[in-house]
Amino acid sequence: MSRKHTWLLSASVANLVFLYAPIVVLILFSFNASRLSATWQGFTLEWYRLLLEDEALRLSVQNSLVVAVVSTVVATGLGVCAAVGLERHPFRGREVVEGAMLLPLVIPEIMMGVSLMLFFLLVKLPLSLITVAIGHAAFNVPIVLVIVRARLRKLDPSLEEAARDLGATPWQAFRRVTWPLLMPAVAGSVLLAFTVSLDDFIVTFFTAGPGSTTLPLYVYSMVKSGVTPTINALSAILVLVSMALIGASLALQRR
Amino acid sequence: MAESSVELRDVSKRHGDTRAVDRVSLVIRRGEFFAILGPSGSGKTTLLRMLAGFESPDAGDILIDGRSVRGVPPNQRPVNLVFQTYALFPHLTVAGNIAFGLEMRRLPRADIAARVEEALDMVRLQGKQDRLPAQLSGGEQQRVAVARALVNRPAVLLLDEPLGALDQQLRTDMQVELKTIQERVGLTFICVTHHQEEALTMSDRVAVMRQGRLLQVGSPRDIYEAPQSAFVANFIGRSNSLTGRIEMVSGLRCTVRAADLPAADPVVAACPAGAGIGSPATLMLRPERLHLSADVQVDGYDNMLPARVSKAIYNGSETQYLLALSDRLSWQVLIPNAGNGQKRFQPGESVFLRWRADEAVVLSE
Repeated sequence: MSRKHTWLLSASVANLVFLYAPIVVLILFSFNASRLSATWQGFTLEWYRLLLEDEALRLSVQNSLVVAVVSTVVATGLGVCAAVGLERHPFRGREVVEGAMLLPLVIPEIMMGVSLMLFFLLVKLPLSLITVAIGHAAFNVPIVLVIVRARLRKLDPSLEEAARDLGATPWQAFRRVTWPLLMPAVAGSVLLAFTVSLDDFIVTFFTAGPGSTTLPLYVYSMVKSGVTPTINALSAILVLVSMALIGASLALQRR
Repeated sequence: MAESSVELRDVSKRHGDTRAVDRVSLVIRRGEFFAILGPSGSGKTTLLRMLAGFESPDAGDILIDGRSVRGVPPNQRPVNLVFQTYALFPHLTVAGNIAFGLEMRRLPRADIAARVEEALDMVRLQGKQDRLPAQLSGGEQQRVAVARALVNRPAVLLLDEPLGALDQQLRTDMQVELKTIQERVGLTFICVTHHQEEALTMSDRVAVMRQGRLLQVGSPRDIYEAPQSAFVANFIGRSNSLTGRIEMVSGLRCTVRAADLPAADPVVAACPAGAGIGSPATLMLRPERLHLSADVQVDGYDNMLPARVSKAIYNGSETQYLLALSDRLSWQVLIPNAGNGQKRFQPGESVFLRWRADEAVVLSE
């Protein structure tokens, strides 16, 4: 192996260690029998058992799933429509509209959380799971839009014309030709949006009301009273679920 | 039934500041293989897209089978288009692609199956109905595109640069195949192309377009033998030109003195209609119609010009000679290669160019 390769390899390894070592340690310590996380005192599944018995945790998981499903469905519908509209039907001021739609991707999330909260107060919508779902849909629309539009851009526009030429109405052309070809991108963006919603803390923190605690909020409240090994166990599960969803999303988008 | 399949009446279309199609009027007969030939930007594709219904004319009217198609969306027009990129649906099999149009028209399943089978037969793709487009070669994809359009039995089949994406050998084969299919089904084919050989070999009639305007419409023979403008003469095949003024008119013939060859004898040519003494004239001569020899005395030709060989290019079936007639004027001549006895000319050699008066097309513009 040449010098350059050795150098590249060690850089990559250092990078991976930097990124994944904390996660690996966290997962290992979720099996640690010691109550004080610092030292290893043997293998146990005790912490996972405790998690299963935690009623408040179960509720927060349920809340998170409800919010993720609702916000993903809403965001997918809006995002796909926006992608098709922006890509296939040019109109005056398209760039402005597009920029405005992509803004949530670049503005600091804390600003988005605060402004959403102020907005809900202004329209007198009580903070609840509904407001959390709306907030999540707001940052998920641009995610869906970006992914679906990239796919749409790669599709030959004459495919739709061919369908029209062969007797399809615009709707039939979309349903029979464009939609099946967009499917991998849509499925990929659904998984990504679902994951982002599941993991979100900041926007949720500002838009959640009493009784609408989601999993990340619950984890945060647990940490405030000290890091227990149950947190390690819970985090390990969250990391693995997220990685699985993201992996599936990437695999679908590559198709 | 009306004799005309497609009729364009004064059709114009602007794209921004350019007149993509400029007052084009045209009648295309039923069952005709009609080619629209022009360089890129000539408006031929816009014309085709207006026939398919993807664009609408700014002015004028289009009639298909005698009925105006103004405001009729693409899915309700009795035409089908073979796209330049084929636009095969990548998620559907060959059979699925071909059946698409029939399914849109809600034909019974059994009918669809029978007609797909028939279409596969016609384009010789039996046994490939379950392949996806990506698993087919370029030529096969092209045939699927043709079958997918023809299976709907349209009144008119539109083809947009149908052979553009194929390599040379396949192109030649497909030209013959398309022509054969067209004769078998007897439909009107309208083919847009920038490839003059394609237009000449496949079509019954050719329209030449340039900058949105229709320059000339006629049979391939008309277009090649009697071009009405220098552009057509040079775009369809190659052409040598000689410009000058008419010196004398006697009956149907006139003599032209070439501006570039003041020392040479004036040449004899057919007299263009309405031309008088003193009017400008351009002679267009096909490279393969010129006779080349080193002899001073050759009988049977009306004109003779001396020249010097500047280059001889051997092309297999023929030899192309580049000749200098003067410092400014150079012509080319194509001589079919014959047996060993044939005289071959070398660069630098002095030769005589000869042709009969009626071989030259005379343009007076």
